[in-house]
Amino acid sequence: MSSAPLRFLDAAPHLRPPTAPTGPAPAGAGPAKTAPDAPVVVPARRTGQWAAAVAVLVLLGLGLTSVARNEAFQWDVVAHYFTSAAVLRGLGLTLWLTAAVMVLGFALGTLLAALRLSANPVLRAVSWGYVWFFRSTPILVQLLFWFNIGVLYPRVLGVSTVDLLGPVAVAVLGLTLHEAAYAAEVVRGGILSVDRGQIEAAQALGLGRTRRFTRIVLPQAMRAIVPPAGNMLIGTLKGTSIVSVIAVQDLLYSTQLVYHRTYEVIPLLLVATLWYVAVTSVLSVGQHHLEKRYARGTGTAR
Amino acid sequence: MSTVTAPPTPKVELRAVRKNFGTTEVLRGIDLDVAAGEVAVVLGPSGSGKSTLLRTINHLEKVDGGSVRVDGSLVGYRRSGDKLHELREREILRQRTRIGFVFQNFHLFPHLTVLENITEAPVSALRRPRRAAEETARALLARVGLADRAEAYPKQLSGGQQQRVAIARALALEPGLLLFDEPTSALDPELVGEVLDVIRDLAAGGTTMIVVTHEIGFAREVADTVVFMDEGRIVERGTPAEVLDAPRHERTRAFLSKVL
Repeated sequence: MSSAPLRFLDAAPHLRPPTAPTGPAPAGAGPAKTAPDAPVVVPARRTGQWAAAVAVLVLLGLGLTSVARNEAFQWDVVAHYFTSAAVLRGLGLTLWLTAAVMVLGFALGTLLAALRLSANPVLRAVSWGYVWFFRSTPILVQLLFWFNIGVLYPRVLGVSTVDLLGPVAVAVLGLTLHEAAYAAEVVRGGILSVDRGQIEAAQALGLGRTRRFTRIVLPQAMRAIVPPAGNMLIGTLKGTSIVSVIAVQDLLYSTQLVYHRTYEVIPLLLVATLWYVAVTSVLSVGQHHLEKRYARGTGTAR
Repeated sequence: MSTVTAPPTPKVELRAVRKNFGTTEVLRGIDLDVAAGEVAVVLGPSGSGKSTLLRTINHLEKVDGGSVRVDGSLVGYRRSGDKLHELREREILRQRTRIGFVFQNFHLFPHLTVLENITEAPVSALRRPRRAAEETARALLARVGLADRAEAYPKQLSGGQQQRVAIARALALEPGLLLFDEPTSALDPELVGEVLDVIRDLAAGGTTMIVVTHEIGFAREVADTVVFMDEGRIVERGTPAEVLDAPRHERTRAFLSKVL
């Protein structure tokens, strides 16, 4: 077996150079059963790749040791507060706020997408205007605005606005209206990704408008909707931390309340960080399974 | 328009059908009768309006003038006085369930199995019980030679198999009329035969159909009537022997000399 530079398979053996000096494979150790004269294929050496991998691993190891050894991280404090009642309550609020904002935001977003794709120019314009407006201002500004809405409308339906809209209600309202603008674009993109012929085929078969949407268009649109929606879900989970500015006791604000008292800032921020990472990881796994489900009937699935 | 032996009420009756896309006149006054049980094959160069014509028959395309009748009743419109009012979508959808349509690119629903593709319309549009619809679907699959592919997804089938499923899907509504829009144009040459075989069987079974195609050999063999279209008009129509072997019109001759 020689490892001569690869030539034409049918090169006559006597024309090949004898065993090349660089060859790593000793005679007879080559792969079995090729044509007797065929030269052996040897992949290029990847010295650089190996060196880079080792270097990165060493750096990573150094970083991790420093984190573990640095007393200032106060891992014992992290452990102490990680499952404390206050933090878990904050986590609970973050989770249900995320869920509520996603569900309401996507419900409103789907409606906005439907309006935007409708034949009615007024509805189209209104939907466009909504998305334009709510995407044009920072969520922080919107949230502060809703928090102070009582200045503009002191009473709504005979009830004091401040009583009607507590901080948590403001958080749900503000985040949902903002979320809907983005959800509308995600859903619209998904619907537009469905081949026009699918709708025609459904029309030709006499399927009604609702059935066409729910049975034919939406399941196919979901393939394009799920990845950006998963992105938005994770973004929303982290984005809810903004409600700490209006004193809603979410995960971040709960840890802040503790460190304002104890001055253990870093360990408590680590508590929040680890929880965000944990929940985000679970959501990523969920997204993967959802994507597989909506890939039914496309190429490699099944 | 000279029509061949038309019975009292034609299955399909087009009168002065006009259609514009913007400023382009795609159909410039089409008169066409197709009798029950008749197989009409529409030939013509690309852009002659044949597909558009077919699509006006089940109101996938709205007409800008003239009228389309199937079984004697207007498709897509209701007449009151000298006006044609477009029907509500619900009523149009009901009319469409009596007209089967087979697309050039199949348009099977990729996320549904073959069986689900076929049962969808009978179950949701005609409110048939699912069990009965599935039984019918399996019988139809056997008829198009795909009895063993009921659980497959469209992507797992060849183009020819997909088009045969699409035909079964159209047949599941038991339509009195079948419209084929270039059913073999998207297929590899070796798959054309299996689809034409199925259409040939249906023709022999007495189904009324209008087939837009480029398959001249198929037209000669299966058609009762051949219609030749050019530039939005019907140039001539007659039996295959008349139109294909002894075309009277110069444009028909020019077209046939290119494709034969």
